[in-house]
Amino acid sequence: MAFFVARRLLYLVPVLIAVSLLTFLIASLLPGDLAYTILGDQATPENVAALRRDMGLDQPIWWRYLSWLGNVLQGDLGRSFRTGQTVLQAVAERLPVSIELMLLAELSALAIGVPLAIVCAARSGGPFDRFMTGTAFGMLSVPTFLSAILLIYLFAVELRWLPATGYVPFAEDPAANLRFMVLPALTLALAEWPGIMRVLRSDMIATLQEDYIALAKAKGLKGSRILFVHALKPSSLTLVTITGINIGRLIGGTVIVETIFALPGIGRLLIGAIYTRDLIILQGVVLLVGAGFVIVNFIVDLLYAVLDPRIRHGHA
Amino acid sequence: MATLELTIDEGVAAQPAKRGRRLGLLFWMAIGWMIFMFAVAILAPVLPLPSPTDMDMLERRAPFSMEHWLGTDGLGRDELSRLVHGARISLVVGLCAPIIGLIIGGALGMLAGYFRGRFESIVVGSMDVLLAFPPLILALAVTAFLGQSILNLTFILGVLGVPAFMRVARAATLTLARREFVIAAQALGATHARILLRELLPNVILPLFAFFLLAVAVTIVVEGALSFLGLGVPPPISSWGTMIGEGRESLDVAPRLAFLPAAAMFLTVLSFNLVGDSLRALTDPRQGAL
Repeated sequence: MAFFVARRLLYLVPVLIAVSLLTFLIASLLPGDLAYTILGDQATPENVAALRRDMGLDQPIWWRYLSWLGNVLQGDLGRSFRTGQTVLQAVAERLPVSIELMLLAELSALAIGVPLAIVCAARSGGPFDRFMTGTAFGMLSVPTFLSAILLIYLFAVELRWLPATGYVPFAEDPAANLRFMVLPALTLALAEWPGIMRVLRSDMIATLQEDYIALAKAKGLKGSRILFVHALKPSSLTLVTITGINIGRLIGGTVIVETIFALPGIGRLLIGAIYTRDLIILQGVVLLVGAGFVIVNFIVDLLYAVLDPRIRHGHA
Repeated sequence: MATLELTIDEGVAAQPAKRGRRLGLLFWMAIGWMIFMFAVAILAPVLPLPSPTDMDMLERRAPFSMEHWLGTDGLGRDELSRLVHGARISLVVGLCAPIIGLIIGGALGMLAGYFRGRFESIVVGSMDVLLAFPPLILALAVTAFLGQSILNLTFILGVLGVPAFMRVARAATLTLARREFVIAAQALGATHARILLRELLPNVILPLFAFFLLAVAVTIVVEGALSFLGLGVPPPISSWGTMIGEGRESLDVAPRLAFLPAAAMFLTVLSFNLVGDSLRALTDPRQGAL
């Protein structure tokens, strides 16, 4: 196990370096000079030259990359030239909102997808199974922003049950916080459950044909106990896999959902930085999201190894 | 004994035929919708439609009428005409971007799967870096720096598709390269180029094409999402995503302004998914989909 972790860690380092390099290159090689953007209307040739010198923009690119990377490793990702807030402050302020949203979304998606998968697998080929499989396939073609609009129309405009936009911190008023979170989390869950349900369903259909299930039936165990305990357990690896694969899409969905529902999370910080051309914030957020994504995938990889010894030993 | 065999035969024969017919109807409806969308998008300039950009402030959010079949939007522009012209943008970006991915990713994947060795490790490694970013984040960051235009958008979405196409092509090539007909061609002294183009390509192209259709669906959705946020196609042009984003503002007075383009996008994405998934099930019997 230690050897496996060490090998994966060794692989993590070059990927993280590449992520930082790509983020830096996107931000520095593409057209538009940062100094002009910062100075805006007050850009005179002298001002621009002075600012470029201050920010080190007149240095060669490899030197700029190394000094930027050095600062990043010391925890200095720069500060917004609009609000004066550092990137880390801005991200730390908004991260809890995004994480709460993603957790609620993933939990709701599991709450919808897992029971449906179990029921469908138990009666595979039956009318309910065919109906749900078709529905799940159709739902895969509904983009997040479409279901968001549909939900807003239904629950906020027509029924007036829930607020369409707004946010209250959880610490201030948990009930109000959850009320604001229902529609955004449900929107993301609607995009996530079909994938969970489809994969888990086919996984469980295969499991239900195993000999030990037949043995459990022969022993006279209750049907529900066989389904939920004996058959679901080996599929836990599948659930970890799907969750891991979905994280990238979930982060993308969070950006859209936070913008639509006006939630002050990382996604809205990113979009806001794009609208106001706040390049330092943009660069910092992209780097942190990219690095966070790589590390989460690394943890998911480790989880596989814990759950399935075959992967640890390089057989799978 | 004889009767038992007979019933089994009937059962076996009846099962796939019934299934084929059930799948078939949806499959052909999806093909029909795709042909209809393409025809409308290509013929848009010659169809007897009002201009999609002409505003009529007296006719704002007009209901359905003979003059405006699907009414007008918040600026008095003809909704049907905007839908048709929006289809052009969504389809052009949705088709061109995956073509970039198909060509570059397909070529890299075939070369990696055929030559193996260090080249393969480099290709797979560099693709892993591209996959290290959540795709929408990378697309947003690059459009923000490059500037908004249809060309940039297509280019970025195309590059983002390369790793996936590479994986499909490499996986198919890896299994094919061990087959007898390839070994026979090598034994006959065929050049690498000939084996790649004449022996492997015809076999790799089918799974790649099935994947291409699924990629079109994904690209239309991502383009829609970017345009919805106002970061996709630049303003005077409007794609379905732009229209849905504008329709959101008047959800309480005229919900159809959001739901009409939404329905068009949903049906198109669903069609590409259906056809792509059916073709994938055909080309890859192990992953019977649907």
